[in-house]
Amino acid sequence: MNALLEMRSITKEFPGVKALDSVNLAVKQGEIHALVGENGAGKSTLMKVLSGVYAAGSYEGEIHYDGALAEFSGISDSEARGIIIIHQELALVPLLSIAENLFLGNEHAVGGIVDWRETNRRTEELLRKVGLSEPPSALVDALGVGKQQLVEIAKALSKEVRLLILDEPTAALSESDSQALLDLMLELKEQGVTQIIISHKLNEVRRVADTVTVIRDGTSVSIMEAEKGEITEDRIVRDMVGRDMADRYPGRARRAGETLMEVKGWNVWHPQHSERQMINDVNLAVRAGEVVGIAGLMGAGRTELAMSIFGQSYGRNISGSVEMKGTPVDVSSVSKAIKAGLAYVTEDRKSLGLVLDETIQRNITLANLPEVSRNMVLNEARETQVAEDYRSALNIRTPSVFQKVMNLSGGNQQKVVLSKWLFAQPEVLILDEPTRGIDVGAKFEIYGIINDLSAQGKGVVMISSEMPELLGMCDRIYVMNEGSFVGELSAEDASQERIMSLIVTE
Amino acid sequence: MELAEGTAGAPKKLGIKEYLVRHMREYGLLFALIAIMAFFQIVTNGTLLKPVNVTNLLLQNSYIIIMALGMLIVIVSGNIDLSVGSVMGFVGALAAVMIVEWELSTGVTMVTCLVAGGLIGAAQGYWIAYWKIPSFIVTLAGMLVFRGLSLWLLEGQSLGPFPREFQMISNGFVPDIFPSWLSSGLAGLLDAKRVNVLSLSTGLVAAGLITWMGMKSRAQNRAYGMEVEPSAFFYARIGITSLALIFIFYKLSTFRGLPNVLLTMGVLTLIYAFFTERTVTGRRIYALGGNEKAAKLSGIKTERLTFLAFANMGVLAAAAGMVFAARLNSATPKAGFALELDVIAAVFIGGASMSGGVGKIVGAVVGAFLMGVLNNGMSILGIGIDYQQVIKGLVLLAAVIFDVYNKSKQA
Repeated sequence: MNALLEMRSITKEFPGVKALDSVNLAVKQGEIHALVGENGAGKSTLMKVLSGVYAAGSYEGEIHYDGALAEFSGISDSEARGIIIIHQELALVPLLSIAENLFLGNEHAVGGIVDWRETNRRTEELLRKVGLSEPPSALVDALGVGKQQLVEIAKALSKEVRLLILDEPTAALSESDSQALLDLMLELKEQGVTQIIISHKLNEVRRVADTVTVIRDGTSVSIMEAEKGEITEDRIVRDMVGRDMADRYPGRARRAGETLMEVKGWNVWHPQHSERQMINDVNLAVRAGEVVGIAGLMGAGRTELAMSIFGQSYGRNISGSVEMKGTPVDVSSVSKAIKAGLAYVTEDRKSLGLVLDETIQRNITLANLPEVSRNMVLNEARETQVAEDYRSALNIRTPSVFQKVMNLSGGNQQKVVLSKWLFAQPEVLILDEPTRGIDVGAKFEIYGIINDLSAQGKGVVMISSEMPELLGMCDRIYVMNEGSFVGELSAEDASQERIMSLIVTE
Repeated sequence: MELAEGTAGAPKKLGIKEYLVRHMREYGLLFALIAIMAFFQIVTNGTLLKPVNVTNLLLQNSYIIIMALGMLIVIVSGNIDLSVGSVMGFVGALAAVMIVEWELSTGVTMVTCLVAGGLIGAAQGYWIAYWKIPSFIVTLAGMLVFRGLSLWLLEGQSLGPFPREFQMISNGFVPDIFPSWLSSGLAGLLDAKRVNVLSLSTGLVAAGLITWMGMKSRAQNRAYGMEVEPSAFFYARIGITSLALIFIFYKLSTFRGLPNVLLTMGVLTLIYAFFTERTVTGRRIYALGGNEKAAKLSGIKTERLTFLAFANMGVLAAAAGMVFAARLNSATPKAGFALELDVIAAVFIGGASMSGGVGKIVGAVVGAFLMGVLNNGMSILGIGIDYQQVIKGLVLLAAVIFDVYNKSKQA
């Protein structure tokens, strides 16, 4: 097989940083090529060079595509040659239909008037290809994230795609949706579509990739081929972080003390559709020093449960009781929940966890401003001290705590959110997908922080879609499905198979 | 020991050029104000900075500045208030009716008017905060409603005049508390007709305070490793600001002294600057505007803050309404017409962001002055109202384009 794409010693510099340093990437015709590396390693920059976001001339090196030197001056240029990127943040218009989205900017029209019959016929054809049975007129808004991802792929197919690039396609998908997407990728490969997948999920990479290129600190460090049996998770991880990581989950002495928080008979209804019950009679307990996991598929109601407990931030007609150390507490507003000793670290740090335009310091103190003030007047010296303390304790990598949070990488942003909640001095922390979208190294650090919390006798509730993470970190795992707890497993009894079987047999 | 402290906060050394680029906005605004003042001073042959005109300039802009303080908070919280011009007119009308027709005392009228303004703001804030109705719509409705109500109150006529006591709000001057021999002595020394010692000494004290506070916070920032202004810049900025203050107060002192309104304005500006920058509630308003959901999930009572921001705006609009009516010595149905736009423009020229979370009180005040100097200078030159509007519009647009350009360059 000959190469469809060859990027030769690509170097891209920004003022003060060398984002890419002579990176090589060779993608063979008809293969699935995985590009892996930590956040900030340069994967996205490389793809921006490829797609022409950084126009030819703004980087060094050569791109050979389809046997000829390619110099793209913009996205439309590369798209015309069949290179299409599907970004992590989906670029669909939620309140338009599937058909309208598929042909947005590429409408079937005669003299500016849209031919709806042809549009709908083509849409149905494309939807069939990606395995969707929705009508072309369905609004994108009404589809789940998994199906929206498929619509994006259908959109790519409508443009005669030759090289399809998927940036973290399964990051927001549930287990079953992810599987479906990976199957589709394999099917497209059969049809001759060459694909590049960027992913943090190594089991997925192992499943679909023919070749893996690992990028670290702006350089390509290794290439592995499936045919030669070179692709193993351990090898990938080692090349990604540049060192052996014998244990992906740091160990911790397991000892559970008194019961810290107990939620009893918790029921929650949907905020808009009041007849829909979202959480059904959930009982949950966390003890001091314990890390309790909540496993479940996307949409099982885990985030809804957490947010409804944390100051009724989700849902209506909430019933049930919350006890802290045996005494019932009022958690009807966020400030009351904080006062009762609760903290909730959201799964969506950018839109729910941080004020991106503010400094690290101001984000860290936000949930506990009275602690850094007297008579409601802020003591900025003390505030800076607090921020500096957390910066060194949690190893937030930044030149200064006066840096705006939006300039930080995902892992460091997550550490800022964690700092904010640690500073609120909670007894129990609910961590919702605490390692989503952050790289292997930062994940390891977050696990270490969780272990420290447990050692200090705090209770931790950990919601995660990555089952290995739950199995590696938790003392006990609740399994949730369709708004109810369907099982509870101790660390010793738990395995991916047992969790899945609890979900599917229900 | 020393080493440990040194690592905790080694001050960042920045080149002058780098610093200037990063803080383009703040300096740009100050430079623009100075440049515009210098320009008009020259083309009006020195009329702009004549004592009588400086006094006028302050009086003319006082109500805009008073409202800009509240508007900054509203805009930082992520909202907008289009009703302030109408509310201001309505409260002026209410004051006139109470004093002239019902013959109530000035004290009772002032308190009632402030309360009425607060209630009006609260009523609008209620729908915005607790019903999540966009502030643009609620206050657009308020703008129409209170314009109509002031017409109704005044039955379409102007109402006045006010008693002397009420006029003093705008047209009064703080009496000189210093002995007259000092005043005449100074006048002789400075070769002026008269010198109001209170006014002059207020200027000196204000300049001293600004210098002292600037030095203090600079030392503090350095101690905590915050980015520090290059010293040349710091001294130039402090020097210019102090000299400008002393100069303006000196000009005032050779006319009629310290206007009551200036005192009110100055004290309010200090209070609001302190509130927004140094208090817990102020900080929370910035967080609310920056990311409402994140603020809410951090235990901040976002609804209550929004509600209070509008109630506060109402009180300030009422205060501005009384200042305006007292200055004109009558309430007219057209009072405050389209003034909300000047107030909003001042806040945006001062560097606030439309999306909320960004903006400073000092910026809003300087923005208001910039507009005021433009108005005043162009009026002295006899430029028609038509051109004046066009120029003001372009200045607003330029300021915001400058902001956006700066931001994109930094990112």
